[in-house]
Amino acid sequence: MTLLDVEHLTMRFGGLVAIDDLSFAAAEKEVTAIIGPNGAGKTTVFNCLTGFYKPTVGRVTLNHPTGPMYLERMEGFRIPQKGGVARTFQNIRLFSQMTVLENLIVAQHNVLMKASGMSIGGLLGLPSYRNAEKEAVELAKYWLDKVNLTDRADWDAGNLPYGAQRRLEIARAMCIEPILLCLDEPAAGLNPRESAQLNELLLNIRDKHNIGILLIEHDMSVVMGISDHIVVLDYGRKISDGTPEHVRNDPVVIRAYLGEEEDEELPPEVAQDFPESVQKGKGA
Amino acid sequence: MEYFLQQLINGLSLGAIYGLIAIGYTMVYGIIGMINFAHGEVYMIGAFVSMITFLVLTMLGGIWLPAALLIALIMAMVFTCIWGWTVERLAYRPLRGSFRLAPLISAIGMSIFLQNLVQVLQGARVKPMQPLISGGFELMEHDGFTVTLSYLQIFIIILTIVLMTVFTLIINKTSLGRAQRATEQDRTMAALIGVNVDRTISTTFVMGAALAAVAGLMVTLYYGVIDFYIGFLAGMKAFTAAVLGGIGSLPGAMLGGLLIGLIEAFWSGYFTIEYKDVAVFSILVLVLVFRPTGLLGKPEIEKV
Repeated sequence: MTLLDVEHLTMRFGGLVAIDDLSFAAAEKEVTAIIGPNGAGKTTVFNCLTGFYKPTVGRVTLNHPTGPMYLERMEGFRIPQKGGVARTFQNIRLFSQMTVLENLIVAQHNVLMKASGMSIGGLLGLPSYRNAEKEAVELAKYWLDKVNLTDRADWDAGNLPYGAQRRLEIARAMCIEPILLCLDEPAAGLNPRESAQLNELLLNIRDKHNIGILLIEHDMSVVMGISDHIVVLDYGRKISDGTPEHVRNDPVVIRAYLGEEEDEELPPEVAQDFPESVQKGKGA
Repeated sequence: MEYFLQQLINGLSLGAIYGLIAIGYTMVYGIIGMINFAHGEVYMIGAFVSMITFLVLTMLGGIWLPAALLIALIMAMVFTCIWGWTVERLAYRPLRGSFRLAPLISAIGMSIFLQNLVQVLQGARVKPMQPLISGGFELMEHDGFTVTLSYLQIFIIILTIVLMTVFTLIINKTSLGRAQRATEQDRTMAALIGVNVDRTISTTFVMGAALAAVAGLMVTLYYGVIDFYIGFLAGMKAFTAAVLGGIGSLPGAMLGGLLIGLIEAFWSGYFTIEYKDVAVFSILVLVLVFRPTGLLGKPEIEKV
């Protein structure tokens, strides 16, 4: 089923068209990757989805279990609160002066706030709030375990090593119990082993928690390894859309990434150094 | 020695009042990084509301003192909370996302507006009130000098300790407190985990205003005279206290308040009372020059 429907999304900043009439869909229980060269508008798409920007034109429909929601019309904080859309950033944005555990509990703010009656119940130590808090800690522990941070639960988040901070960010996003998880370059700065672990974690999230994942990523081992569906952007336009296999072989994509060939044929003095197959391969 | 002890007691009760106001400065600074210069005026309004409540209650006939105190406290808190919320809504929220100086200028404007409003509504004359709580313990006597700890001072110190405990619990243990700390550290990210940032900021203003109301009530009882201008000086001193303790830090604000109260009391006791404000504001200058992060403040680490 379609979880997210983006239709004719256009974002202009003055004369600059960052996204130009972009339409794509993301299904639940699938990893949809958005790739493209630098400056293609990938993060702008995320910003439109999560309420940072109001799109100039277009509609973003989230098929929430309670009914469709139009994300472009919602106030920023309601998108995670009511819509269940979680997001991480390209550069890590943890609450660095809170402990690892607190980072996960603050993500369950809305549940706790409701349970405690705007914190008054929490102050009085009412049982309803205590139970809600216990559940919140349980959920936090579950995710700590998933991302291997249980033994560092009391560390200040800012003191964690880089890879662990990345994992904690994903855990925090999952603690809001989203139905759509938007990850902006989660593998940036990770070593190959950590990237592989990330793949595993994301596939596990997709399969066990039945949510849709939207992924911006440059690391092709991650993109090709876990995506069910890839959308390729270039200069704000969608140039390709389909399975990893399809996108990998799409000449338009290859051109966007590697640039256009200026001369169809190599000059003869160069050509003689290369076997025939390489020359043909380049054009494809 | 006796004299020293007396000044210590006086300084602590005065410091408790400054500390309560300073918390409002420090919380607001913590969460949106601006100095709410209208905060002193909120405290002044708290003082006026509690005095008016006392007068009305006296006019209606005597009422049991603790009940009168409670009613005045609630009235003052409710009124200042509404003021605090309205000021934030009208004067600061529209300027969020504007350049850093804009809300500061707006705050100064708000401060002048509130002063003049109260001056127009209540008159410019100093308002006196009969002392409500009198008497106290005589701790010691020596050479005809008696050290007294008045009931009022006990009331002030105990109420301050209670409020400090409650506020520390709110900030550290409740989900509202966590939301406030999250907003303080990264407003954008807080919104992305579903925190209603605007409401959290409003709540912070309201909480600060409530404490300022308590301070206003205390000062009404302590000095027995108030006027529309008391907010300015008290506000500046509380701001100094917040800076001294390390702006953004809650225990720092209280510590700073107590230190400022003590400095003022001892200076008036041993040197000249006319220059007590000079002493206090010299501290502000010295702290800003030699330890800008204050006593308990954390230095800002800029990540590249």
